[in-house]
Amino acid sequence: MAEPMKIRATLQGDVADVRVLMAHPMETGQRKDAAGKLVPLHFIQTITAQLNGRTVFTADVSQAVSRNPVFAFKVKGAKVGDKLSITWQDNTGDKRTDEVVIRAGS
Amino acid sequence: MHHTRRSVLKGAWALGALATAVAAGLLSPARALAAWNKGAFEAKNIADAMKSVGVSNAEESKAIEIRAPEIAENGAVVPIDITSNIPGTTSISVFIEKNPFPYTGTFDFSQGAVPYVHLRVKIGESSPVRVVATAAGKHYTTAKEVKVTIGGCGG
Repeated sequence: MAEPMKIRATLQGDVADVRVLMAHPMETGQRKDAAGKLVPLHFIQTITAQLNGRTVFTADVSQAVSRNPVFAFKVKGAKVGDKLSITWQDNTGDKRTDEVVIRAGS
Repeated sequence: MHHTRRSVLKGAWALGALATAVAAGLLSPARALAAWNKGAFEAKNIADAMKSVGVSNAEESKAIEIRAPEIAENGAVVPIDITSNIPGTTSISVFIEKNPFPYTGTFDFSQGAVPYVHLRVKIGESSPVRVVATAAGKHYTTAKEVKVTIGGCGG
């Protein structure tokens, strides 16, 4: 089971600033381990973000995304207390969903 | 009689295969209609990758902003901020021209999401980072060169 994501969602005006850190090795299939064997491809392929259950942001990505991926995006028309959930799925079928509540920005 | 039984079995098999695909993560219910574009992601040059993504006749545009370091010391983690100021932008795609597989991803915006994304990528060698924004079915593009001193692919 994958580690939980770290998600920060803060409201600036009426725009939610979302930042997410996912724990994932993002193996390119080109790296060799200590024994000189290629480490197989293992990377996140799809990401979906929903605000109160409505899909607002989706991404399809390749293994070129850095290890422990960080993404940020912005959603207009959000309110404090809205629920924001993010799901990722990798090429092995492993997936994880985490949810946060949007907080007031400083 | 036999015929009916056979089609029922066939149907059951198809359903089973679909369920297996869902379980194996090949298809997630929400994205079943827009599957991860394997052909584009496996393309080895940017022209093929763009064609597989469905980008053609992209018009050069200054309304797309790419913020990335001019010189990235560590190619394994290169931060990129992309903003499209083209009204009605619904998606942004990223291609790192000299990576072994240039197509890096597509980001789709809907229901109030602003056409902005921050991501961190691996860049194997100094390369232009090309961005394509799609608005009302039209494609707009710009690129920014990133120099890399230590490559980010392999080990």
